[in-house]
Amino acid sequence: MTETRLAISGLMKAFGALTVTQDVSLTLETGEIHALIGPNGAGKSTLIGQIAGFITPDAGRIEIAGRDMTEARPAARARAGLGRTFQVSQLAEPLSARRNVMLALQGAQGRTYRFWGAVTQDSELRDAADAALARTGVADRAGVAVSDLSHGERRRVELACALALGPKLLLLDEPLAGLGPEGSAEMVALLDTLRTEVPLLLVEHDMDAVFRLADRISVLVSGAIIASGDADTVRADPRVRDAYLGDGDA
Amino acid sequence: MPDLSRETLVNAVLLLLLPAAALTALALGETFYINLVSRIAIVALAGVGLNLALGAGGLVSFGHAAFFGVGGYAAGIAAHHAFDMSLFLGLLPGTVWMPVIWMTALLSAALLALGIGAISLRTRGVYFIMITLAFAQMTYYFAISLTPYGGEDGLPIYLRNQMPGMNTNDPIQFFALVFGVLLLTLWAMSRVTGSRFGAALDMARLNDVRLASSGISPFPVRLTAFVISAMVTALAGALFADLNGFVGPSMLSWHRSGEIMVIVILGGVGRLFGPVAGAILFILLEVLLGGWTDFWQFWLGLVLLGAVLFARGGLLGLLAGRARHD
Ligand SMILES: Nc1ncnc2c1ncn2[C@@H]1O[C@H](COP(=O)(O)OP(=O)(O)OP(=O)(O)O)[C@@H](O)[C@H]1O
Ligand SMILES: [Mg+2]
Repeated sequence: MTETRLAISGLMKAFGALTVTQDVSLTLETGEIHALIGPNGAGKSTLIGQIAGFITPDAGRIEIAGRDMTEARPAARARAGLGRTFQVSQLAEPLSARRNVMLALQGAQGRTYRFWGAVTQDSELRDAADAALARTGVADRAGVAVSDLSHGERRRVELACALALGPKLLLLDEPLAGLGPEGSAEMVALLDTLRTEVPLLLVEHDMDAVFRLADRISVLVSGAIIASGDADTVRADPRVRDAYLGDGDA
Repeated sequence: MPDLSRETLVNAVLLLLLPAAALTALALGETFYINLVSRIAIVALAGVGLNLALGAGGLVSFGHAAFFGVGGYAAGIAAHHAFDMSLFLGLLPGTVWMPVIWMTALLSAALLALGIGAISLRTRGVYFIMITLAFAQMTYYFAISLTPYGGEDGLPIYLRNQMPGMNTNDPIQFFALVFGVLLLTLWAMSRVTGSRFGAALDMARLNDVRLASSGISPFPVRLTAFVISAMVTALAGALFADLNGFVGPSMLSWHRSGEIMVIVILGGVGRLFGPVAGAILFILLEVLLGGWTDFWQFWLGLVLLGAVLFARGGLLGLLAGRARHD
């Protein structure tokens, strides 16, 4: 039995005259990787932003893990089990990778209003953070300030933060960008193993990775989903070939 | 970690400087200078309060004089009612006991900060600066309108309020009291900034998108910090009124907000001992330059400009190197 971890229906968003989300409905089930693809400026990141609560939709409904979260603030959605990474990584640069992950753990535990005990001496928090960093392959960089990390390392730290939440679903906005071929292959392997643990909504431009990983693919063009289905269905769809994969040579 | 021990050393020297100066003044029989050191410690305490909001939280409050003043009026009004044995609002008797006065100051400031913060913290940047300033100006004019408590002229405290087991009228004992409060507050502040709450507050300053994505709402974190910050500054205000034997609207003026902010910036924003360094520097400049020229604030402005342009970490940044994170 699968369970629906994310259900969006009738989502609408416009920036002035520009419609970036046009009647979008989609779901994310346990056990799956659902890829969201589309050309630059199609509205993928804006959609992720609305699901995570940073951008307010004009209309529509968002259910996270069975609860209506259309009006909820980002922090409430994170506590409900929504983990995410950003297209441009959002980390505290002066802090170490470990400290960034420790904060996510602290948030997941819901124990922030503690004013006395020293957080750096909390070995439980520290060990859990190091374990999350080890999973994403940056254990050896735990003590390094984020500002000294490479682009690819930052993505891994961000993913570690998201995993540290013990999420019920993950939204990943271009997790492979800037990783290089080797890092990319490692990340694909990691995402592949994550699938059974937590469902992924994956925004990605790397088509090889998408076709390798995705159980379902939705294609977003000018804010609207023009096709959705398994890899073969989407590949064969003439509208997708026109709009996105190129002029029939895909 | 050589830098860390260097900062510890600088902090220790800064702390020892105050009692050393007070005891020297005592030995020379210079009461004026004992009181001057007490003033440094009190102003530093006000800065320690602001530093939690400004340094740790990145909240540039230009209205902390309001809390400083609330603390001052708590001391003044309590003493006033105790002196003529009347009732506050026809309900509560006055008191000369500092612990009760401090509690009142802390509580009043917390309530005021809760109100001011709940509104101001919905804004960012320059708007936050302006709105906190506006609220402080409102409390300033409110103090002026307080005719039962002297209105524009303020309120004298004829006898310094009392601490059980001490003679607060003795300048060196009063200094010891003030210094003890400063020490305790610095210690408590180091715990708070190093706690889970401190980690969340740090993140609220560094990246609030990260904070929210970690499941922690930034707004209540900031509001809590703002309230604690106001309470510490109010405690300083209560001591300041007792030091001067007087409280008046000037304690709430925007000059005072600026002064507290200058102290934090001069000393080093976000450094535990920054306000101590800043207060020493500020009061010394005031005394030295003030004795030399009436335009001392102009020269202070130049020093401040230098601090902002060339010594980003303030005096502590110069003495102890850059702030460290792990
Ligand atoms: N805050 C905003 N105000 C106005 N327009 C915006 C805003 N944010 C995004 N847009 C516009 O909305 C459109 C969709 O942007 P979005 O970032 O969602 O695209 P995307 O599909 O993620 O693209 P990419 O693949 O390049 O990351 C773009 O044309 C962008 O310029
Ligand atoms: Mg994008």
